[in-house]
Amino acid sequence: MLKIKTPKTQRAKRALDNRAPKIVENAKKTLILHGTKTSGVVNAVLMQIYHMKRDNAVKYTKKNENIRPFESGGETSLEFFSLKTDCSLFVFGSHSKKRPNNLVLGRMFDHHIYDLVEVGVDNFKSTETFGYDKKLTPRIGSKPFFAFIGEGFESVEELKQLKEVLLDLFRGEVVENLNLAGIDHVFVCTAVSPTTVFFTHCALRLKKSGTLVPRMELVEVGPSMDLVIRRHRLPNDSVKKEATKTTSDQPKKKIKNVSSDIVQGKIGRIYIPDQKAGSIPLSNDIKGLKRERREAKKSKRAQETGENEAKKQKTCSDDHKLIGN
Amino acid sequence: MELEKYQIDLGNLMGFDATHHFDSIPSSREELAKLCLEKGTELVQAIANALFALPATEDRDGPIVHLPQPTTKLPREKHVCITKRKKGKRAFDEQTGTWKRTHGYDRINDDKDIPIIEAKLSDEPGEDPLGKRKDEKKKRIEKQKKNQLQNLKQAAKAGALPSHVQFAATALPITGTRADLPTKSSKEELENVAGMAATATASGGKFDWKLPGEKPLKHTGKHRKFLPVVEGKGMSSQEQKQTAKILEQLMAKSSNNILDVNKAVTVFNVKKERKRRMEKEIQRTTPSKLEPKKSLKKPSKKH
Repeated sequence: MLKIKTPKTQRAKRALDNRAPKIVENAKKTLILHGTKTSGVVNAVLMQIYHMKRDNAVKYTKKNENIRPFESGGETSLEFFSLKTDCSLFVFGSHSKKRPNNLVLGRMFDHHIYDLVEVGVDNFKSTETFGYDKKLTPRIGSKPFFAFIGEGFESVEELKQLKEVLLDLFRGEVVENLNLAGIDHVFVCTAVSPTTVFFTHCALRLKKSGTLVPRMELVEVGPSMDLVIRRHRLPNDSVKKEATKTTSDQPKKKIKNVSSDIVQGKIGRIYIPDQKAGSIPLSNDIKGLKRERREAKKSKRAQETGENEAKKQKTCSDDHKLIGN
Repeated sequence: MELEKYQIDLGNLMGFDATHHFDSIPSSREELAKLCLEKGTELVQAIANALFALPATEDRDGPIVHLPQPTTKLPREKHVCITKRKKGKRAFDEQTGTWKRTHGYDRINDDKDIPIIEAKLSDEPGEDPLGKRKDEKKKRIEKQKKNQLQNLKQAAKAGALPSHVQFAATALPITGTRADLPTKSSKEELENVAGMAATATASGGKFDWKLPGEKPLKHTGKHRKFLPVVEGKGMSSQEQKQTAKILEQLMAKSSNNILDVNKAVTVFNVKKERKRRMEKEIQRTTPSKLEPKKSLKKPSKKH
């Protein structure tokens, strides 16, 4: 016998609602892990990626020997971790003779694998080896710039996919308002050949120029490496369609008091406030009486109301007199 | 000179130069890096130009611009959900023609407000129609819940269970006994276990720090005494005594003698002494001369 687990506390309910599918989604979290064997380079790369994405990344330290992203059975562990940590991106590092310094960058849809790109890391230079003014260090969480150079990113399928994945991985939260003083760093990716991309991370220095727009200066800070594309897996067409589906921009506004009927079409409801029929004064024009009497009544009433008004005015003027004195 | 028109996506702060290609790959790494940085600088400058052209509002931290929506479509993380429409707290009740609350006391569509329920031919006399309505509603709710659970189970079987739904087992699985279920320990059990763990220490749990709320242990202290490592002066070897005691006990166990000779001799001697004392008393108390005199001679032991 099973039953659905419902949260018992409000805190648990809020946590669950945070993880539930939404129209406007949370920023994607990244899961960083490695396989049975890693090299120093792979370890350094994983560590640097983790440091860059500190707030929304989870790093696992254990070896995972049963994760093989490109094999059909080797994905279950990954999907389980993704479910538990609510991560939609992952970086899986490994090292073997056939594939040295290997990184598998992947994305998930509904916690199942969406697409994968396998790259090899060559000529890795870590952040420590770059000498730069420490004041320029980019802050964690600042929105980065992206510069993609090369026609390969448009023509070659794998490079197109890599461009998308890198964008997803490093862009952070999608924000509406940006503070121009907080522009810190830029990721520069150059397609050197149809299979290699030169990837580097630079800090931005804004210099005074004559115009309103400051002059940009790039200073290499972060890790720089050559990414050699090895294998890749594109998403299924149906899954891709599902993932790129978007609702219309404005949420459906509920129009109150309007409903539609099959027979009658569009029906509206009007609520009339209480008319208070008992307290409405009757009209002076009493149509039952003969003309002279009617007019006499009318004029009498008019006199009375006129006197009342005069009385009111008098009292007002009396008050004024008193005030005057 | 042709204009380098870059594709700029301001929502992602991305610039893409689709026209660039390497005629010849630069010879050294430094050359390549320099070239890439140059091109990168151009691109970033182009993005910055577009960015600073946006209308900016002044804030205390700096100028804030409103970014447009990103143009590169990236796939979603999870599927699109159905938004729930919220009902207002008050609604217009058709039956009474007044505004009432949707749930709770004095609510809309309440069975209490139905003045007359017309009887159909199928109804038996003496049946409570309102009770029947209540029962039917209960049945409907149960059926709905059951169907929901079945749907989720089917989804789980197919591997498409939504990530925010989890199952909990309410009863034993078909195979297995009550003993297989993990039982929650009671408070007393936990205290006992804590006490047992404490006695495993060298000082028997006497000096263990207690958490606030923990009761003191019932049987503290050691139950075994060990000989001192270094003996003081004037003490005969305790170790020798200990070993002699153990040896005696072992030997006594293994010997088949039922009679303890020393004890038997002592018992016999004591009995004799008592008998003699008693006879002496009798002699003293009886003054008669007619009594045969007892010979003062001791009987010789030579027989």
